[in-house]
Amino acid sequence: MGVGIEARRLNAWFGSHQALFDVSMDMAANHVTAIIGPSGCGKSTFIRCLNRMHETVPGARVEGTVRLGELQVYNGTPAVEVRRRIGMVFQKPNPFPTMSIYDNVAAGLKLNGLRNRRQLDEIVERTLRLAALWDEVKDQLRKQSGASLSGGQQQRLCIARALAVEPEVLLMDEPASALDPISTGKIEELIFQLKASYTVVIVTHNMQQAARVADLTGFFLLGRLIEFERTQKIFTTPSDKRTEDYITGRFG
Amino acid sequence: MRSSYWRRLLADRMATAAAAAAAVLVIAPLVAVFGYLVYRGASSITWAFLTQAPKPVGESGGGMGNAIAGSGIILLIASAIGVPLGIGAGIYLAEYGRRGFGNFIRFTADVLNGVPSIVVGIAVYALVVVVQHHFSAVSAGIALGIMMIPTVTRSTEEVLLMVPNSIREAGLGLGIPRWRTTVSIVLRSAISGVITGVMLAFARVAGETAPLLFTAFGNQYWNWNPNQPTAALPLQIFVYAISPYDEWHRQAWAGALVLIILIVGTVGMVRLAASRGLLKGTS
Amino acid sequence: MPRTRFVQGLGELKDKLLRMAGLAEQAVDHAIRAYQQGDARECERVFETEELINLAEHEIDELALDLLAMQQPMASDLRFILAVIKINGNLERVGDQAVNIAQRVAEVIKLPPADLPADVPHMAELASGMIREALEAFVRADAEMAQRVLIMDNEVDRMKRETEQAMIEQAQRSPQLLRQALDVLLIARNLERVADHATNIAEDVIFWVRGADVRHHFGYGAK
Repeated sequence: MGVGIEARRLNAWFGSHQALFDVSMDMAANHVTAIIGPSGCGKSTFIRCLNRMHETVPGARVEGTVRLGELQVYNGTPAVEVRRRIGMVFQKPNPFPTMSIYDNVAAGLKLNGLRNRRQLDEIVERTLRLAALWDEVKDQLRKQSGASLSGGQQQRLCIARALAVEPEVLLMDEPASALDPISTGKIEELIFQLKASYTVVIVTHNMQQAARVADLTGFFLLGRLIEFERTQKIFTTPSDKRTEDYITGRFG
Repeated sequence: MRSSYWRRLLADRMATAAAAAAAVLVIAPLVAVFGYLVYRGASSITWAFLTQAPKPVGESGGGMGNAIAGSGIILLIASAIGVPLGIGAGIYLAEYGRRGFGNFIRFTADVLNGVPSIVVGIAVYALVVVVQHHFSAVSAGIALGIMMIPTVTRSTEEVLLMVPNSIREAGLGLGIPRWRTTVSIVLRSAISGVITGVMLAFARVAGETAPLLFTAFGNQYWNWNPNQPTAALPLQIFVYAISPYDEWHRQAWAGALVLIILIVGTVGMVRLAASRGLLKGTS
Repeated sequence: MPRTRFVQGLGELKDKLLRMAGLAEQAVDHAIRAYQQGDARECERVFETEELINLAEHEIDELALDLLAMQQPMASDLRFILAVIKINGNLERVGDQAVNIAQRVAEVIKLPPADLPADVPHMAELASGMIREALEAFVRADAEMAQRVLIMDNEVDRMKRETEQAMIEQAQRSPQLLRQALDVLLIARNLERVADHATNIAEDVIFWVRGADVRHHFGYGAK
């Protein structure tokens, strides 16, 4: 089951440049929350603060709190543990090129110490099924390299890989933006099914995608959270003019 | 307009010819050297040559078996020192060394690369041989290992930097600790480039003679103790070549040919193993 | 200016709708004049106008469908197009009502004239006025104006009841005028329906505008 994740007064910097200003947001458990906004509005920065990836950039800094259920993401918890519980799928599919499909999916487990062959097999199959990739690759698990799949398959592989470590939250940074419409459709379908067991937060620049998959939507602009509502309300009757302008494309 | 077309065609043809000629000029010395070696030395390569130690001066026969073995021991020691240290330094520079201290290390490595091999030999002589009061294969290994480090370091660093950052992020995003991501994922992606760097370094030091003069010193007899003076192939070739004896000259040619064949053979085998995926590490 | 094509499309939609509204009003006008003057040619004009109305309805539906499919409208744009489609339907039915009136008038003309206590022209004026007000509210995106149209409907309803009552009494008093009385009663009902359509249009305007807390500095507040 997923756990909700809460950000309170989150501020983030790249060196001296501030990218997020006092962002507070509740991402409900077992719901899909979408984050939309124009380029440079801080949406990717925001989710990277949730799983402590932001700080891997030299000179980057974060203030504020993020809570995953009982766990304080900052303030004492090792980053490694946070990242095991909050998984991430990136914009450009990034399977490990020198590893087979099986090894890719199992990487998070193996490299954290799990060696039991049968357990690994079971997890690999389960997550590949969950990612709707099992049937396509089950005969080539160990022979085919992760990088030899098509773009859409690679992304589903990355999703399976992220799910294998059994996170509670799955962060997705524009997961379908590099993919064709059919692959995009499969991924959206996947997201819809994932929310039964996970909490999903998805950054997207495609508003129609947010409208299709998300229960809640947050609109970011210049590092601030402008409006955060049920998706249905944001796209039919937004409260803030800036949201309206962005959604209707009158953003100039 | 027609005449400018022909002019351009001519220029094109001439440029192509010049490039081809340059290529030939580059290969020519290699072919010449190798050919001459074969011409002078091939006939002297006998089983006896490869497996026997030198006979005393004046007697014919004997070989460089001990020198071949000695070189093997020395190069093994050199690799044991040069490869781990070089790869380790390369990893440090690529992953953690983008600022001050890293630049200093990089500079040092470049300087070390430029130090003449004989100077390295003398330095190791002073630091190891004198202290130990004897020549040894170990000291030779140290000297050659030191010479391997800069090449391995720089090529490892370069190859690691070519691994896209998205791979690192993917590893970190899975909750894999930084060091583990670097070793098991990033390094693994770049491993063939690392091996190339190692092979380059190996090929370079395998033929070095000057440092061996002060460290291995050479040995007439079979010696399996790395803490004793040891024969080495380049060294033996040198000693024989500057001697006044024809017999030794003949053996020097043979030795040179064997040296080249062994180096090329080693590099080739490693490349073959790498391409067959034997060096990728287990799943 | 971003989304030029889309904005132009929205403008075109609005223009077409306004022109269609004009036609609908004209149709009602001609029908009532036909009644007042007993003029068969006016009836003809109603029928012709109604054909134009149907054509316009078709065009507007197509354009709206296009914009929906191709431009992925959101928020107020989406509500606007939806409102236009509904208003479109209502205006077309106004045209139908005008035709019904004209058909009735065509019958009445054949009968001997009768002076009946019914103020059909006044009722028609009200109904027509409501259509105009509702469309004006649309043009100005004025929900309060649209609200007033809803109130005007009460007056029309009252007049219809009165007319019904009067015509029933008239028919009882003078049975030979039954047919004329019946025709007037039916015309009154047609006019009442026109007013209902105007009411619907006003409601559509309110739906479109009220959700828009953002577009208009009059600020209608959250729903």
